[in-house]
Amino acid sequence: MNPRRVRRRVMNGVMTGLVGVLSFLAVLSLILILGNLVVKGASSLDWSFFTKNPVPAGESGGGVANAIVGTGIIVGLACLIGLPIGIGAGLYLAEFGSGRLGWTVRFVADVLNGTPSIVVGIFAWTWLVKPMGHFSALAGAVALAILMVPMLARTTEEMVRLVPHSLREAALALGYPRWRTSLRIVARTALAGIVTGSLVGIARIAGETAPLLFTALGNLNFSTHVLEPMQALSLQIYQYATGPFDEWHRLAWAAAIVLMGLVLLLSVAARWAIRQRHGAAR
Amino acid sequence: MTALPIEPIATAAQEPRWRLLRGVNVGDRVYRGVLTVLAVTLPLLLLALVGELLVSAWPAIRRFGPHFLWSSVWDPVAGVFGAAPMIFGTLASSLIALVIAVPLALGVSIFLTEFAPKWVRQPIAFLVELLAAIPSVVYGLWGIFVLIPFLRSTVVPPLRAVLGWTPFFDGVFYGNSLLAGGVILAIMIVPYIAAVSREVLLAVPASQREAALGMGATRWEAVWTAVVPYGRAGLIGAIILGLGRALGETMAVTMLIGNRHDIGLSVLQPAYTMAAAIANEFSEATTNLYLSALFEVGLLLFVITVVVNALARLLIWQVARGTAVGSRAL
Repeated sequence: MNPRRVRRRVMNGVMTGLVGVLSFLAVLSLILILGNLVVKGASSLDWSFFTKNPVPAGESGGGVANAIVGTGIIVGLACLIGLPIGIGAGLYLAEFGSGRLGWTVRFVADVLNGTPSIVVGIFAWTWLVKPMGHFSALAGAVALAILMVPMLARTTEEMVRLVPHSLREAALALGYPRWRTSLRIVARTALAGIVTGSLVGIARIAGETAPLLFTALGNLNFSTHVLEPMQALSLQIYQYATGPFDEWHRLAWAAAIVLMGLVLLLSVAARWAIRQRHGAAR
Repeated sequence: MTALPIEPIATAAQEPRWRLLRGVNVGDRVYRGVLTVLAVTLPLLLLALVGELLVSAWPAIRRFGPHFLWSSVWDPVAGVFGAAPMIFGTLASSLIALVIAVPLALGVSIFLTEFAPKWVRQPIAFLVELLAAIPSVVYGLWGIFVLIPFLRSTVVPPLRAVLGWTPFFDGVFYGNSLLAGGVILAIMIVPYIAAVSREVLLAVPASQREAALGMGATRWEAVWTAVVPYGRAGLIGAIILGLGRALGETMAVTMLIGNRHDIGLSVLQPAYTMAAAIANEFSEATTNLYLSALFEVGLLLFVITVVVNALARLLIWQVARGTAVGSRAL
């Protein structure tokens, strides 16, 4: 064989191997992170971890019950605010979004989607914390909702647009008013996609820390009052990881497993929801 | 995510004719009204955000003017603020992240679209996308207790042995540093770059590959000479999108970069980023001017990310326009 041909073949083999190795490295980093989480945190996951509140610094024991409940409340509130606005805006974009307002909303959603979460955090601070005079879970929920809405609007729009034209025509031809067609035929057909988009959105905000730093602030005690400072898992991990005590580090790893498990569950549920509709195409 | 190439189902222009046919339905008007109000929330929100940032940053903008951008003095006690070290640190850490993440992400996307056997494509794509689902603070935790010890024991000594004479690897490595921040950012942006470049490569017509292969190119030559150049603008867009993520990333970087107001060339030394400065100092800002300076940093960060993201989208659209890119929502 002539040497040029050999060189080209070798090059082909080397580069094929290289992209394979690079892919392996990317997957490896995920495996390493998840593996470390389990190795360092799993042993601390006991009953008291889930049921007790943090103990004063330096003492051992204690749990993160307040943070788990806090994350639930803050994310739940954020959904109450963010889901209707995001899905509504997405429906608007898909149904009436061809004009100038539609273009504007789409553009703004893309801009907001790229906004750093810390910037949204200080915005929520000036908007809610400063006028109210104190930190609150509500302010944190609003900050998270702001992060969720633009993403949700865009996915909802895409999902609704995937609904075949003929379905809508059939409903209109039967004399269905347009709004009922939109809600009962189009939106329902796109429901799996909208649910997926919502779950992905919730997964994204559940792990956010930066927007909560100056809004929900964190709380060493158990609190369910939405106008008071509240603890969240992500805040707890940040405080414990950057603190000086080994005991805190141990709890940080365990809390990270819980947060990671929550996020993974939501991500997998999102995939499952879309599979229900699109079958093996996904 | 780009808009679908499907024709809009109901255009505003069709509206009047449709009304003529059916008469005006109250339910339709209410429905449209409610959706419009919800949609208008977004532009209003953006206006409020920009407005609040501008108002809050105004005292600092008036006091320091453009000097804020290149002064490196940050002295809360004397009331003098300059953001140069943070701007430098933000750009430097993002640059390190890109240097590491771009080959990885492009490797993943090329492997997945061109070389991998069919049955591993979905699982690998899923696993890489999972990297994007890991919360920033968990990356930070992992960085402090796993990545930094690993860098200290395994990566930095050989780096210094070979490149220690350059100013980039000068000084003692304590752990929290530009390097640690850059590496964690790299892992965090790989899934974003990989997902978008995969869509771009999938959008390249099969005829490009077939033509190259038909002329006797090896598979790698087909990829490198026909597929990648065709999608170049989109790939650059994907990389810039990753850059946008890296610039605004907060928690993991705050936990790893060392948070020191200083401009140094060595990647082994601590540095600061704009997002980290806000996260760290916002609650300690005791004077109005201090707070205002931090808001100006936030405003700057916002403007930079908007510009970077807009640029990325423009480039991706160039390739993806009229193709199926974006229909894969996840």
